[in-house]
Amino acid sequence: MSARRFSLCVNGVERFVDVPPMARLLDVLRHELGLTGTKEGCGEGECGSCSVLMNGELVNSCLVPIAQAGGASILTIEGVGEQARLHPVQKAFLECGGAQCGICTPGMILATVHLLGKHPRPTQEEIHEGLNGNLCRCTGYMRIFEAVEKAACAMESGAME
Amino acid sequence: MRSYPADYELITPGNLDAVLRLLSDEPGRWTAIAGGTEIMVLFGAGKLSARKLVSISPLSELREIFEDEDWISIGSGCSFTQIRRHAGVQRHFPLLAKCASWTGSIANQNRGTIGGNLANASPAADSSPALLAYAAEIELISARGTRRIPYEQFHLGYKKIALAADELIRAVYLRKCPADSFCYARKVGTRNAQAISKICVAATGKLHQGRVEEIRIGMGSVAPAPLHLVGTERVLLGAALNDATIAEARKALLSEVAPIDDIRSTASYRKLIAGNLLEELLREFAAWGDRK
Ligand SMILES: Cc1cc2nc3c(=O)[nH]c(=O)nc-3n(C[C@H](O)[C@H](O)[C@H](O)COP(=O)(O)OP(=O)(O)OC[C@H]3O[C@@H](n4cnc5c(N)ncnc54)[C@H](O)[C@@H]3O)c2cc1C
Ligand code: FES
Ligand code: FES
Repeated sequence: MSARRFSLCVNGVERFVDVPPMARLLDVLRHELGLTGTKEGCGEGECGSCSVLMNGELVNSCLVPIAQAGGASILTIEGVGEQARLHPVQKAFLECGGAQCGICTPGMILATVHLLGKHPRPTQEEIHEGLNGNLCRCTGYMRIFEAVEKAACAMESGAME
Repeated sequence: MRSYPADYELITPGNLDAVLRLLSDEPGRWTAIAGGTEIMVLFGAGKLSARKLVSISPLSELREIFEDEDWISIGSGCSFTQIRRHAGVQRHFPLLAKCASWTGSIANQNRGTIGGNLANASPAADSSPALLAYAAEIELISARGTRRIPYEQFHLGYKKIALAADELIRAVYLRKCPADSFCYARKVGTRNAQAISKICVAATGKLHQGRVEEIRIGMGSVAPAPLHLVGTERVLLGAALNDATIAEARKALLSEVAPIDDIRSTASYRKLIAGNLLEELLREFAAWGDRK
C-alpha cells in the first residue's frame, strides 16, 4: 500500500509524515522525524528500549503501526527534558548511576515517567512491575530502582515548593 | 528478515458496521488488528502472511465494560490495563484481574486486548484459565447478527476456534457468582509477568459440609487448547478434600492433560507442575473451607 499522510503530535509539536500505514511508529520517529533517542532492541515487544508514551500510556513503539498512532500525542525521550534543564527522572538516573551504556535508558526513563504519573510514591513492588518490560544488560537494575525512588522524592518535594 | 510496510494494506474504517461489512463482502481476505501485540511481532519478524489488515482498535463499540446486577460484559477491544483496573472486575472476577496483570509488561497490557488474546488462541493465553473457571460466555458478531456461546466451546483444537471468516469477537460475558466462593490462580513462567506461561491455572469452588459442592478449573499450556478439567472435577465433586481425594484428582488430571515439549518447557515438567498446582489449589481450597 502506498504512503499516506498521518499527523501526530510529537513532544508537543504537530508533525506530518507520508508513510505506508503499517510503518512502525518506532521507524517513523527515528527515520522520518530524526528522533533517534528512541532505540530498537528486540523489535518484538520484549525489551522496552523503544518505549514512548502514546496519549499518556506507555507503549512499545516497535509494535504500533503508524495508522494506529494517527492523531495521537507522543512523548519521546527528546520531549522529557532539555539539555540545560533535565527532568527530575533524568537527573536521578544520572546521579544514581542508573545508566551505563545507555541503550535501555530512554525507555527506562519513559517507563519511570509513566509509573510516577500513576504512582507518585511507588512501592518496591510497583517499581518492579512498572519497569518489568524494560531490560537492562548493564546496571543489574539496583541503581535504576534507586533512581526511581530518588526521582519520586525529588518530584514530590518539587511539587510542594 | 524484516517486513516491508509498503507490502501491506492497513485500513481504519470508522465504525463497527463498516468493518463487519468489509468482512462479509470479502470473507477471509481481511485480518483484524486490535492492539497489535501478536500481529506486529509477526510483522517485525517478516512472518505476517496476511497482507490486508483492518484496524479495530479505535472502535468504541468494542472498548467498553458494562456491569449490571448479574453480569459484567467486557468488550473484545478492552486492554488488559482497562480490565485489571475496573472496579467491578476486581470485585467480582479477581482471577481475571490477576490474569490480566500477568499478561506481559505494563506496555503490553496497555495495548494487548482480551479479544486478541482469545482469537490468537494460544494454549498458553493467560485470560483463558480464568474465563474457564468463571464459565464465561463469548459473543461473536458479524453482518449476519450476533451469537453467544459458552467460552469453553470456542476452542476446537490447536489454534482452531469457532469463529467464522466474517466474524469478530464482540465481548466476553461473566455471570457474577456468590461472593463467598473460593478462588485461586497461579502462573508458572520463566519470569513473573513478562514471560509466556509454562502453565497457568485458575479455579473457583464451593464446599458444603466439608465436601466439594462446586469446582471449575481452567488450565493453560497443558493441551492443544486451553483446557477445562472436567474429568478432574468429576472426581472432586461430592468428595472430602483429604489426601486420598487429592491423589485421585492428580491421577485424573494426568489422564486429561496432553502437554507438549516446546521451547518454553517439556511435557514431563508440565505434567509434574500441573499436578503440583492442582494439589496446591486443593489444599488451599480445604484451608479456605476450614477458615469459614
Ligand atoms: C512481549 C510480549 C509478552 C506477552 N506476554 C503474554 C503473556 O504473558 N500472556 C499472554 O496470554 N499473552 C502474552 N502476549 C501475547 C499478546 O500480548 C496477547 O495475546 C494479546 O492479548 C493480544 O491482543 P492484541 O489486541 O494485541 O492482538 P492483535 O495482535 O491485534 O491480534 C491477535 C489476533 O487476534 C485477532 N483478533 C484481534 N481482535 C479480534 C476480535 N475482536 N475478533 C476476532 N479476532 C480478533 C487478530 O486478527 C489476530 O489474529 C505477549 C506478547 C508480547 C509481545
Ligand atoms: S524494540 Fe520494541 S520492545 Fe524491544
Ligand atoms: S545501561 Fe546498558 S542496557 Fe541498560
